[in-house]
Amino acid sequence: MSDSPRTAVSNPPVQPMASNLGQGDLIRRSATDELPPPQRQLTPVAKLIDVSKCIGCKACQSACVEWNDTTPAVGENVGAYTNPHDLTENMFTLMRFTEWVNPSTDNLEWLIRKDGCMHCADPGCLKACPAPGAIVQYTNGIVDFIHENCIGCGYCVKGCPFNIPRISKADHRAYKCTLCSDRVAVGQGPACAKACPTQAIVFGTKEDMKRHAEGRIADLKSRGYANAGLYDPPGVGGTHVMYVLHHNDQPHIYAGLPDDPKISAVVQTWKGLTKYVGLAAMGFMAAGSLIHGVFTRPNRVSREDEENAEKLVKTGGAEPPPPAEERA
Amino acid sequence: MVERVQPGDTLHPGRPSTVGRYGIGARINHWVTAFSLILLVLSGLALFYPSLFFLTGLFGGGQNTRAVHPWIGVLLFISFFILFAQLWKANLPRRDDRVWLSKIKDVIAGHEENLPELGKYNAGQKFIFWGMSFLILVLIGSGLLIWEQYFAPYSSIPTRRVAVLVHAIAAVLIICVFILHVYAAFWTRGTLRAMTRGSVTAGWAWRHHRKWLREIVGQRKIGPAE
Repeated sequence: MSDSPRTAVSNPPVQPMASNLGQGDLIRRSATDELPPPQRQLTPVAKLIDVSKCIGCKACQSACVEWNDTTPAVGENVGAYTNPHDLTENMFTLMRFTEWVNPSTDNLEWLIRKDGCMHCADPGCLKACPAPGAIVQYTNGIVDFIHENCIGCGYCVKGCPFNIPRISKADHRAYKCTLCSDRVAVGQGPACAKACPTQAIVFGTKEDMKRHAEGRIADLKSRGYANAGLYDPPGVGGTHVMYVLHHNDQPHIYAGLPDDPKISAVVQTWKGLTKYVGLAAMGFMAAGSLIHGVFTRPNRVSREDEENAEKLVKTGGAEPPPPAEERA
Repeated sequence: MVERVQPGDTLHPGRPSTVGRYGIGARINHWVTAFSLILLVLSGLALFYPSLFFLTGLFGGGQNTRAVHPWIGVLLFISFFILFAQLWKANLPRRDDRVWLSKIKDVIAGHEENLPELGKYNAGQKFIFWGMSFLILVLIGSGLLIWEQYFAPYSSIPTRRVAVLVHAIAAVLIICVFILHVYAAFWTRGTLRAMTRGSVTAGWAWRHHRKWLREIVGQRKIGPAE
């Protein structure tokens, strides 16, 4: 076992095997400046979700719940197929259903998008995270939360351009899709991809997935979807979860998929400029005080001040204090 | 005129004579606020600078730091605004403040003889008072928005992004004000006892807040005659 798995379809070997993802495979680690360079470069992997092939069966959700052993609460029907109503710390992936009327054809289109972590090449969550090693990125592109290092501050929520991480009320730690890093580490594809009955979700190397997407897009275009395309947004450096969208010119119709996601400028300022300018400002104040303390004499009460004060106290302020205006 | 002397500012003739400046209540509030601020600075910097993350060890780890920081903030907010209620009147700007500020070079050089006679606070002290007041309001406001455990659902993520940036900037500024405050109190010898014993020497009052001293002395004269 040496490199990333090529597919989610093949059945696993039954004998136990060692994890293929270790500390030596980290390319980024949250709140860590000096991370040793990775010992090897794994082949980047990707999950490709073809929304045009999705039938909305939610097998991926079930597989996710089963593999990750989460127990989402039983929900309430509010008249939508989306269930639960949002991603939660117990539901890492969610089919989002949108009823959309195509203005050019006046047809109702039922858009189903499997939402979840996009595994950005430039992850906003990792950038925002203050806890060393709570969020890591492997050389194969997987962005993973290491829960034992998580402090539950919710900064990742602010950093993420896709509104993915959820903080558990039970253990105050952040949860999201791991791209089944524990499966990938032993040569398996993600549980959702394995379970998908139409292979709307496929998994493999990012190169293979892009090539596969090209075929799918050509097919969609031939069927009249002129704007079909691959959603691999460059604003976050590309993603390791990609979509084939039949309307790639307007990703937002798919339950608010961002048209041009990038790490918010506010977050960039907070994690960049503010740190350096802040350090300079606080350093300037501290150094200024120190220099002042060294180069000036302390402001001491003089003997004269004391005598004048005692004189004033003794006379009981007989002489009226001069009015404020005169002094000015 | 009334604002310059506050209830409890009393003269104690003796050798040397002293003047009461802060009652026990104000002093307790001051030190609760001060101690809270120090803890907030330590825990806040730990979550702001990765190289200072080790400071979370003082609070029992990252999870505990995350949990306790907002509560210390609430404590500081409450204790500071009791202090605020006690001190705000004496911190209203006055004409003398402009003169004092125009002679800031003399202030820094310690040439107090060139400065106007002042009431209970000089413009620098007032700046610290209002700076702290404003920044604490900004910090508690932005802090509540980003208090993940209880208040996360009440604002949108873009709002919380702005709040976390504002919180960081306000924190940097309040640390700067805090450094100024502490340094000035040390540099101006004889000041610290105002917040420990509650009183200052009459000589100190003569040097730094002569108008305040004159009024206290004047009031004592009027007092028994009534």
